[in-house]
Amino acid sequence: MTAVHQQDLPPLLENGNRPPDLVSRVRDIWNYRELLVNLVRRELKVRYKDSILGFLWTLLNPLLYLAVFSVVFGVILRANVPRYGLLLLSGLLAFNLFSVGLSGATVSITGNGPLVQKVWFPREILPLAAIGANLITFCFQLLILMFGLAVFRQAPEWGMLWLVIPALIVTLMIGTGLGLLLSAINVHFRDVQHFLELGLLTWFWFTPIVYVYNFVGQALIDRWGPSAERFAMLNPMTPVVTTFQRVVYNPTNFGPEQQADFTLLLRPTSWYLQNLAISAVFGVVFLYLGFKVFTRLEANLGEEL
Amino acid sequence: MQPKSRSSVPSSTVAIEVSDVSKTFRKHSEPAKTLKERLLTLRSSTVEDFHALRDVDFEVLSGETFGILGHNGSGKSTLLKCVAGTIRPSQGVVRVRGRLSALLELGAGFHPDLTGRENVYLNGSILGFSRVGIDRIFDDIVAFAGLEDFIDTQVKHYSSGMYARLGFAVAVNLEPDVLLIDEVLAVGDEAFQRKCIERVRGFQADGRTICLVTHSPEQVRGLCDRAMVLDHGRLIYVGDVSEAIATYRQSLAEQGEEIPGEEVDRIELVDDSPVRFTDVWIDPPPDGRSAFEPGDRVTIGTRFDAQGVVPVRGHLWVHSHDGTLMVNVSTLDLIGTDVYASGPGGELKFVIENMPFTDGHYLVTMVLQAPAETREYDRNEQQLTFEVFTGGAVHGPVKLDLRLDTNITTPAPTAI
Repeated sequence: MTAVHQQDLPPLLENGNRPPDLVSRVRDIWNYRELLVNLVRRELKVRYKDSILGFLWTLLNPLLYLAVFSVVFGVILRANVPRYGLLLLSGLLAFNLFSVGLSGATVSITGNGPLVQKVWFPREILPLAAIGANLITFCFQLLILMFGLAVFRQAPEWGMLWLVIPALIVTLMIGTGLGLLLSAINVHFRDVQHFLELGLLTWFWFTPIVYVYNFVGQALIDRWGPSAERFAMLNPMTPVVTTFQRVVYNPTNFGPEQQADFTLLLRPTSWYLQNLAISAVFGVVFLYLGFKVFTRLEANLGEEL
Repeated sequence: MQPKSRSSVPSSTVAIEVSDVSKTFRKHSEPAKTLKERLLTLRSSTVEDFHALRDVDFEVLSGETFGILGHNGSGKSTLLKCVAGTIRPSQGVVRVRGRLSALLELGAGFHPDLTGRENVYLNGSILGFSRVGIDRIFDDIVAFAGLEDFIDTQVKHYSSGMYARLGFAVAVNLEPDVLLIDEVLAVGDEAFQRKCIERVRGFQADGRTICLVTHSPEQVRGLCDRAMVLDHGRLIYVGDVSEAIATYRQSLAEQGEEIPGEEVDRIELVDDSPVRFTDVWIDPPPDGRSAFEPGDRVTIGTRFDAQGVVPVRGHLWVHSHDGTLMVNVSTLDLIGTDVYASGPGGELKFVIENMPFTDGHYLVTMVLQAPAETREYDRNEQQLTFEVFTGGAVHGPVKLDLRLDTNITTPAPTAI
């Protein structure tokens, strides 16, 4: 009878001075997946609480981008990049998935002080929830992108569409890794969240979102030769953004002379996969660093807040 | 509770095992919060180690109610945080067997913009419970909190009492195996406190493990099976409750601190009251002792001035520290008639022969009432207090004249 009773008991919880190892921590997070779901739900619910349009605000933002940039660059400036609004949006949404998630993750521990001080749960859940909520937002914003494609009668590159999946995974890896890292450091140095704002702004402009990738790639090639183009991929968001632009914006929709600015994007699938693999290496490094630092600093989170 | 692992050899009787736990905090002369400050003070900062806990080692058995006593700053809360897992010990290990729920701060983790219902589910999942599990007890939680009509209202519209009630209801209705309680029994109105204590007793009856942090010896006396005392981060006693309380009082006395008591504001006097207390007192314990012992005579006296001849009914109430009414008696009960106060210098003395109470802190309330009216002439509420200290084993809230009659022999029968 005792044996049966013991089987019913939940696992032994242990709190020692050694940081937890990766495997047990991943298991902890899995055990608390329901909390993760609830926190994501909370984040989304609270964001537009007491507003009339509610979740529609999420959609209005990219819709506005699409409209304004289509008008400004298509009608007023008559830029030679066709359907500029779509180009911008396909890169911007991918970058926002990373940057908005990272910003939210960075302040997730400091913003949940009472919780962290009083109750134990795997704290990684908090930055993960911030990124998760942003992922949901991203999925809804994709609807606007699709709507844009339909309005402008553009087709994505169906054959390469699956590349979006590895691109998303890589983005989430980078965002989560950096998010873990910065959220824990931010508890000790609140400078991090302010620095991050500037950092992300810089990062944004060093990623070919507003301008076409050709400018970057061509500049590198002109200066140091054809193989130097690889340096562009040292920004781990460049492969992600270019993948989105190639697949969703799909320059092959346009005539040959309009494709002049996209020659460097007209690459085979393998080129994109290689680039994404480089980003994935960044992602793994960030995740590892993030986890290590997080579990070390976690020891005193309840006191430092 | 960072590394979580299934133990291969479970010891079913130990619910909380604290082995040689120390916690050291780095104390900067001034807390440097920004990177710049840290860098600038890198060399010059005087970092000193603060030992919040030193080699604390004890076990809480499953089904036991365990009290943790200690003065302010003794490390009680740090210890509880180590048990709850919100901070990691610098040395040593804490093991907790069973589902843990912490009543550390009622409603911690409630989001003001969410409704009561949403917060219940959120809070439940923070404590590690599934949606299905919360579904089952949701109605109980709402009923216990008495918030049926407000459960779909955002909690920012709740009063602080409603907030605390919902927090408590979630924490206790989730049926944890191990419940950590940090001082929360000291908040809320008396009715809510009673409900909490009732609930704690229910937990005890269910055989759950409770770990209670408090600086009220009376709560420990009333609720705990065993207790420990922390003093400046060190464990100075663990074991029997009476002994723990004695050790705790001693540690407080060494620090020159008083044992915390109730402070109740004096009720404002009605101006036209014809009878007023001029003095209230308790005769001190005999033999120069600072506390009474069971069996002592306790004399509680009042002196009052009256304007003219006034019919008066005097009441005496004695409460124990946890709010239990121990004595409720009036002059009418004692002599069958009301008394008349005339002029200054009237005196009433309530004499308790063979006072039977056991260890604790007792609060005395006296009232002069107009007979056959609800109007009170004067009230002296819980200004007078007295202590009882038995110095030996205690078998309940009162000391009874107990004896055992049996027809069985006391020596052990020889083995068959």
